[in-house]
Amino acid sequence: MFWQQFITWINLGAMYALLAIGYTMVYGIIKLINFAHGEIFMCGAFFTWWFMTAASLPLPLSALIGILFATLLGVGVERIAYRPLRNAPRFAVVISVLGMSIFLQNMARIIWGAESQVFDVDFGISPIFIGSVIVPFKKIFILLTSLVLMIALALFIKKTYLGKAMRATSADREAAEMMGINVNSVITLTFAIGSAMGAIAGILYAINYNSIDPYMGFNAGMKAFAAAVLGGIGNIYGAMFGGILLGIFEGVGAAYISSMYRDAFAFAVLILVLIFRPQGLLGEGKSGEQAKAR
Amino acid sequence: MNKPRLDDLTGGSQITTQGPGLQKSPLVRMTEVFALSRWYTKLIIIFACLLIPFIVHSNYAMRVIIYICLYIVLALGLNVVMGFTGLLNIGHAAFYATGAYTSAILMTSYGIPFWLTVPIGMVVGFTFGLAIGFPTLRLRDDYLAMVTLGFGQIVYIVANNWMSLTRGPRGIPSIPPPCINFFRWHIVIDSYRAYYYLILLFVLLTVYACIRARDSRVGLAWMAIREDEDVAAVMGINLGFYKTLSFAFSAALGALAGSFFAVFQTFVSPNSFTILESVIIITIPILGGLGSIPGTIIGAIIMIGVPEIFRAASEYRMVAVGAFMVLMMIFKPEGLLGKKLYQQVYKV
Repeated sequence: MFWQQFITWINLGAMYALLAIGYTMVYGIIKLINFAHGEIFMCGAFFTWWFMTAASLPLPLSALIGILFATLLGVGVERIAYRPLRNAPRFAVVISVLGMSIFLQNMARIIWGAESQVFDVDFGISPIFIGSVIVPFKKIFILLTSLVLMIALALFIKKTYLGKAMRATSADREAAEMMGINVNSVITLTFAIGSAMGAIAGILYAINYNSIDPYMGFNAGMKAFAAAVLGGIGNIYGAMFGGILLGIFEGVGAAYISSMYRDAFAFAVLILVLIFRPQGLLGEGKSGEQAKAR
Repeated sequence: MNKPRLDDLTGGSQITTQGPGLQKSPLVRMTEVFALSRWYTKLIIIFACLLIPFIVHSNYAMRVIIYICLYIVLALGLNVVMGFTGLLNIGHAAFYATGAYTSAILMTSYGIPFWLTVPIGMVVGFTFGLAIGFPTLRLRDDYLAMVTLGFGQIVYIVANNWMSLTRGPRGIPSIPPPCINFFRWHIVIDSYRAYYYLILLFVLLTVYACIRARDSRVGLAWMAIREDEDVAAVMGINLGFYKTLSFAFSAALGALAGSFFAVFQTFVSPNSFTILESVIIITIPILGGLGSIPGTIIGAIIMIGVPEIFRAASEYRMVAVGAFMVLMMIFKPEGLLGKKLYQQVYKV
């Protein structure tokens, strides 16, 4: 029984981790939270659902189109809500991005309706038995996809030239600019990768729960942000670790304390982490970077 | 020509219009005569507000006006945190809910009169403000926004799930109207006119409290924190104390609005205190100008009044609110009557 539940928690955690990566990447580059990230997550799932039902395309193809659209949307959010405010007070940027999030959420509600839609995916593969634990194939699929994506991203950041440029921009924007890195395109790239990850997380979430609604981005986004903070914001491995850990926390809280308050656990974790260890579990402490961002 | 004076810091390059011999233009003189600081202007405004129920006869219009007044109280409360102290709070609906639930529960379950539940609600709100203000002392704008968002969500979840106290999503119905028993007089506040005077009293109290707070030592400390936290700390301002106080003060005003909401609606349910409610409250001081009291009042009249005109398109209300927040920040971040934001610019 415990292991059965454990698989569910890890699954949830993997999705949080994918979503948290988007927050943490954007934060690493521009030192601001992307409030609209949860809406990108929701839009990714909705675009996929749209192409699956309205155009009756197969899942992989519509997922690809959905991810593409959501990525474009993420880049658009950066263009509209962040770029014109590059030199504005931080206060103003937060409000503008929050407005963007409200706009997207309600636009989705108008286009696709406020009620939840059925996201019907059947892999046609029977559940797998590991000892006495029954694992549906979709859970394995979600876990594997998340794992592959996370490893790919880690390699991308570590090994490629663009990944290096991103790390450089994150470390010191001005110095990176002096070294000839086009910071604007790095920011766009960051938003694109983060949004793509978010959209994939949204699709996986939809596959897992078989239902989507325009408000799903808000709660998931908040929890993923909590996960990013838990792991140490700005740190990609932290986001992965924090996501899995938050999934387990939430599962344990819901299973052993109270299932009604399951949504409140993530927020409580967020507030507790910010009070007692603001740099997160894998954070580097109050380093120069954080002091400069103040 | 004016001679350059010794204390002229501009180097004498600007000709001052304040010179004794210079005549002011009639328009300037007129605005000075009717400036908000004149006592008779205030009196005229209050008198005009008192007359509104005698001019407006439609119940619907009165309802809208009462809602505008309610949001003025809410927005002025939020303005203390956002406008004076420069801290983002996206969970103001949590304090609003606190006041509403305190009044509703005390009045229905314990039969405590409304007038007593208002101060109790404000104390509870104040405590909640301390509770959220204290842990967020070290957080910057965006973190603070996230934490207050989370706090608002926690309060919503608790209100939705604590069945024995709040009856969950079913809400608390049939909250009795407040009444005044004064010797032989027995006045029950249950008509729109009476509710209007009640909320007008709350608005005036809030405006008075905000002005007094703004012009006091505390208000100066808040504004110093808003302009530059580090400099304020160097000047000997206790950041922790004043930030927490600002949150608590704002929360008490939010709870005041909540108490009124409970008796006005006679029904309280968690759905009135969602995150969207907080967002609507936030847009009011942003539109009016952060930190400006008349601006916030005008902002409330526009933000609550205009959607009523476009009721047919009410579906698009939140879309418009979102787009409005983005556009306002890009083109006029200081709002209608606000001063320019001098906050530290973030470096990308």
